[in-house]
Amino acid sequence: MTGGEGIPPALWNKATSDFPCTERKDVIPIDVYSRVLPLLLDGFVVTIQLVIFAGFLSFVMSFVGGLARLSRFAPVRWVAGFIIEFFRGTSLLVQLFWLYYALPLLGVTLPTGLVGIVALMLNYGSYGSEIVRSSILAIPKGQTEAAIALNMTPFQRMKSIILPQAFRIMLPSFGNLMIELMKGTALVALITIPDMTYYIKEARNTIGHDTQLFSMLLVAYFIIGIALTMLFRWLERKFSAGRV
Amino acid sequence: MVWKWDFTFNEVIPRLLEVIEVTINATLGAFAFAVMVGLVLALLRRSDRKWISWPTYGFIEFIRLTPPLVQLFFIFFVFPHLFGLTLSPMVAGILGLGIHYSTYLSEVYRAGIESVPKGQWEAATALNFSPLQKWKSVILPQAIRPILPVMGNYLIVLFKETPLLSAIGLMELVGMAKGIGAETFRYTEPFTIVGILFLILSYSASLLVKRMELKLDLNRR
Amino acid sequence: MTDTQEKRFTAYDIDGKEPIVKYRKISKSFGDNEVLKEIDFDLYPGERVAIIGPSGSGKTTMARLLMTLETPTAGTIEVDGRHLWHKEVNGKLVPADEKHLHEVRGDIGMVFQHFNLFPHMTIMRNLTEAPVKVLGLPKKEAEERAKEMLEKVGMSEKAKDYPASLSGGQQQRVAIARALVMRPKVMLFDEPTSALDPETVGEVLNVIKDIAKQGDMSMMLITHEMSFAREVADRVCFFDEGKIQEQGPPSEIFTNPETERLREFLKGFNVNGNGESQ
Repeated sequence: MTGGEGIPPALWNKATSDFPCTERKDVIPIDVYSRVLPLLLDGFVVTIQLVIFAGFLSFVMSFVGGLARLSRFAPVRWVAGFIIEFFRGTSLLVQLFWLYYALPLLGVTLPTGLVGIVALMLNYGSYGSEIVRSSILAIPKGQTEAAIALNMTPFQRMKSIILPQAFRIMLPSFGNLMIELMKGTALVALITIPDMTYYIKEARNTIGHDTQLFSMLLVAYFIIGIALTMLFRWLERKFSAGRV
Repeated sequence: MVWKWDFTFNEVIPRLLEVIEVTINATLGAFAFAVMVGLVLALLRRSDRKWISWPTYGFIEFIRLTPPLVQLFFIFFVFPHLFGLTLSPMVAGILGLGIHYSTYLSEVYRAGIESVPKGQWEAATALNFSPLQKWKSVILPQAIRPILPVMGNYLIVLFKETPLLSAIGLMELVGMAKGIGAETFRYTEPFTIVGILFLILSYSASLLVKRMELKLDLNRR
Repeated sequence: MTDTQEKRFTAYDIDGKEPIVKYRKISKSFGDNEVLKEIDFDLYPGERVAIIGPSGSGKTTMARLLMTLETPTAGTIEVDGRHLWHKEVNGKLVPADEKHLHEVRGDIGMVFQHFNLFPHMTIMRNLTEAPVKVLGLPKKEAEERAKEMLEKVGMSEKAKDYPASLSGGQQQRVAIARALVMRPKVMLFDEPTSALDPETVGEVLNVIKDIAKQGDMSMMLITHEMSFAREVADRVCFFDEGKIQEQGPPSEIFTNPETERLREFLKGFNVNGNGESQ
């Protein structure tokens, strides 16, 4: 069971880095798990952080973007529409690479972690804006009219009549969006942010055993995915409580 | 560092246009694969036999909840160990993205199939069609028509996912942009042009899908 | 106005009273379709006017213009001496902004054909939301008011329920209470029973009749219920093709219609000389 346990880590790293992608014979498959699990956990924390921060920011951007697209002021609508269509039309990886490789050459260097979060926010926030917009439009006109008849201000109409109802419609779509975002976080490994995917690719280069490594990685993401799914089911139940 | 136009026109654009075909081939290949496998998954999912429908459901959920990038790595790095076959980046890419989006398309098929009125099934039974005939000539033609625009949208989504294939070494648009950057230490022009190319292609494709939607709507009436 | 020369146009005593609502040359078009054509119309404080007419005659638009749900194409409306759709700037009338509309439309309340209750709020919340947020009442006082109104429409027991669990008639009664808690000077009823099952129409009409008897509120009732109109209204206005074709006290309108159009219209309702449906 003790595979390469006796070898000091420094030596271990040196010995393996010269031969990337070759299976280390002294690491038997079962041993891979105990060896890689701590690494995977480190990455897990980073992945979760990305999901939470980028998720929260996309959520905020969704509302800002969605409401801006419905603004009374045409220029606001145009600007919001352009930004949203731009980030929906280009690909997440292109956006990541652009911010990571091209932006510094234009004189703006962001910390790598921030690049990841900003790209995820812009991309998924743009998709989320469309969710917010279409959910608001799905609320029957009579609701706004009733609110006007009660002399509510435009802000009050939006805040206490339209958004609470639209929010229920949004929730399932936001659940799907968060799952997309969770899967999207794997891309940040390609700009060297040390998330789960990054660590597993590193481990692959040092000890091999691709089958075990990538199976573990898939299962780890699957667990997060299930957790997100359950979270949103719970939220949906919570927000429909008491109502038929 | 300022933008260099001669570099853009003489180096970046020609070299990117050379590989645009790779991106498009990967998109179409993966989409064709997803369209076929998606239908199979949708039908298996509908099976009355629990030992068929449940594992199918499990498979769909597992694929849907895990990142396509990791699935690509799995196919590219693990398949050689498991099945002893080494796949080229293009084939692994088509397989990986194809499988990932087949789970999405299976949901789309399901919605389409459920939108066919019950009376159509009953009429097909009354005319004594075999199950295969029923599906082929009555149900599927009606199920697929309304979902064509949705499928079109997934084609665009898939197109925007192809940059992932650069991670397993495919020289598509993003791979080439990265390559140019590594050679010349100029990343701004290649990645900006790639972004613009994606924007143009996906936006014009989405306009086509909207037109298709409108046309299908009009023909319905 | 009650002199013998001019025909009485309302059974209501308007001596010495100023209209609370004045429509002047109001026109409204939707695209090429002109639904109201230069309407002049007055509503007196405490007066109850029934507006009848075929669908598409513009009667609903009359109410929606006053509730600020539609913008007039031309003309002015005054509420209690103030312009609704315009405000005076240096002696000139300029189109009103949201702030101005907010100030003036507080006098108006409306009951809709499709109730438009807020489905995400309990019945109590439906009634207290606007008094608290718009009128700035303390929550307790708003709840007192709401309870009183729910009592009035016979819906006290449902205060904690959500709208979806109520029948159409019950929802409409709640919607009436919701409009009443705002204590408007003018209440608009836009075909309040058209969307109801026949068996629940009666309960809603009874509630409206009660309110009509008690209050000194002005009411504009857009309705297809002729016997109801006859019983409740001081005046009946017959709309057709975007114009008031004929108006008068219900006794006149239903027993002695002057225009051919109104005779034809009433025939469709099978109304006898007493305004009773047969």
